[in-house]
Amino acid sequence: MEAELTKQTNRITHVFTKKSTGLLNVYFTAGFPNLDDTVTVLEGLEKAGADLVEIGMPYSDPVADGETIQQSNMQALENGMTLKTLFEQLADCRSRVSVPILLMGYVNPVLQFGVEAFCQKCQEVGVDGVILPDLPLDLYLDEYEPIFQQYGILNIFLITPQTSDDRIRLIDEHSEGFIYMVSSASITGSTSGVSEQMLAYFDRINAMNLRNPRLIGFGIKDNETFQMANQYANGAIIGSAFIRLLQENGADGNEIAGFVRTIKG
Amino acid sequence: MTVLEPKTSFEVSNKGFYGRFGGAFIPEMLYPNVEELRQNYLAIMADPTFQTEFRALLTDYVGRPTPLFLAERLSNEIGATIYLKREDLCHTGAHKVNNTIGQILVAKRLNKQRIVAETGAGQHGVATATVCALMGLECIVYMGEIDMERQQPNVDRMRMLGATVVPAKSGSKTLKDATNEAMRHWINNPVDTHYIIGSVVGPHPYPDMVARFQSVISEEIRTQLLEKTGHENPDYVVACVGGGSNAAGAFFHYLHEPSVRLVAAEAAGLGVSSGHSAATTALGKPGVLHGSRTILMQTDDGQVTEPYSISAGLDYPGIGPLHAHLFDSGRGDFYAIEDDEAIRAGFQLSKLEGIIPAIETAHALAALPKMNLQASDVVVVCLSGRGDKDLATYSKYL
Repeated sequence: MEAELTKQTNRITHVFTKKSTGLLNVYFTAGFPNLDDTVTVLEGLEKAGADLVEIGMPYSDPVADGETIQQSNMQALENGMTLKTLFEQLADCRSRVSVPILLMGYVNPVLQFGVEAFCQKCQEVGVDGVILPDLPLDLYLDEYEPIFQQYGILNIFLITPQTSDDRIRLIDEHSEGFIYMVSSASITGSTSGVSEQMLAYFDRINAMNLRNPRLIGFGIKDNETFQMANQYANGAIIGSAFIRLLQENGADGNEIAGFVRTIKG
Repeated sequence: MTVLEPKTSFEVSNKGFYGRFGGAFIPEMLYPNVEELRQNYLAIMADPTFQTEFRALLTDYVGRPTPLFLAERLSNEIGATIYLKREDLCHTGAHKVNNTIGQILVAKRLNKQRIVAETGAGQHGVATATVCALMGLECIVYMGEIDMERQQPNVDRMRMLGATVVPAKSGSKTLKDATNEAMRHWINNPVDTHYIIGSVVGPHPYPDMVARFQSVISEEIRTQLLEKTGHENPDYVVACVGGGSNAAGAFFHYLHEPSVRLVAAEAAGLGVSSGHSAATTALGKPGVLHGSRTILMQTDDGQVTEPYSISAGLDYPGIGPLHAHLFDSGRGDFYAIEDDEAIRAGFQLSKLEGIIPAIETAHALAALPKMNLQASDVVVVCLSGRGDKDLATYSKYL
């Protein structure tokens, strides 16, 4: 009953009921470029009109990420960022922002923190969902799904052009919020354009009539790629391009607003 | 000593676990690649034509069986009967080639055109470049930038064999980061590329597949020891452990023989508590790295710690999940060997037996005086590699 209630009020689920197209989810690394920039960037993104925000939990060995996000992770760790510090920074963020917040990262720091303690903290500070690319689906189903549900934290799964239809159905069944569609076989920050193969994959997924909305990520870097994603899904996720902006200009509200405006067009 | 429950198994479970270690903690981008391998590796390896081809190459190309040599002068010095399993006499100078031969035959049966690999000391990179040249497949090897400097001869060997050697410039610029880069390469090239992991690490089925290919080491030890002593089982099998592939191979056929103690030598670097060490079981705790849950050197926040060892092949912050289970269950004895102890053991073997061991291997030899051996004990040391590549390091101690 309680889980049902939190699920209904989850900000991620809610944002997809308000809006079915053109959703922009922006990724940035916590504690980057400076340790105390996390909430500044978060607020900047909400003001700029981002529909969802994905905060990266920095990790020493981010295997699914390209050079840009790797560098931001290393910088954040050098700045002293930890999961504990991140939760402290986010402690009163819900008095300032209402945008849905996801935490994205790798499973080891979460395991060290403790999965239940992590979910509890997420609920406490107002995080709505989590993306852990290296948390295996079967392990999640066997051990962690009830914990995530108990605290009303949505676990977002990835699918790729190589994911089989059966597996996509299974992921759809166990997903809430949205499904993260990785646009091509690549790590983040890839620069390859839109291929016929990619469009065929988007069409294939559309034809499956999944119950969850979908956001396309990896390779989204400007208005053109964002619009393309909107044609095939409910919106897109942008990461490396935004990290480059932060790297060059710091956590500047005007720059962030200009970036989001350019992407959304 | 921990008493084992009789039912303790050291074989991998259906889900890829050894006790509480193992599994496949991989991003979805890698799932199809790893799943394709998982579904096929056992059937491929069981196929008689595969076995015929694999065995023929081990004999005619690698030079197996490698000798089991009674090291008499070392035995006198240590005060026990010491046999050396001469993996250093394998083609390319280390046991690594047993695995690369096996995996490239698997890759060919999966119709892969390109091979990617990581390497620490360069031995696995050389062994991979070698079999790629033999089979005519493209070969890309990731190697930490720092390791490329300290193992320059192996970089040149790989290039001479036609491989592209790519420096890993992220993180600590050593084996861990080379492995990250190789995994990223595989994510970017999921269909036509096979990733030849060089140790019993990585997501299931890699630890099991690599252990099976390396198990030829203990298969031969059993036969050779029986011929020489009338007994298949020694009292101890000793091997060095970075990721742990030579140890997995040397232990494999003895895992379920409780009378055989399995001894693993880890690199303590400048000392376990010095902050410059790679003694994983002494310093680590359970965590996830490179696709498997294992024992891992890490901070309280779960960030992977940068290890240190004088030996480029042992400075890895984790160990294979099988070894984590051997440690956890008490089946294995783990010793932490400091740089200086390894160097001394390397010189000792060179002078007593005329064999210059790899510095990795020297760590295993350095465990011998710490084991409280009895005169009646029969010990097999896996002499995993030869030391030519380490002369620049050894020469500083001449």
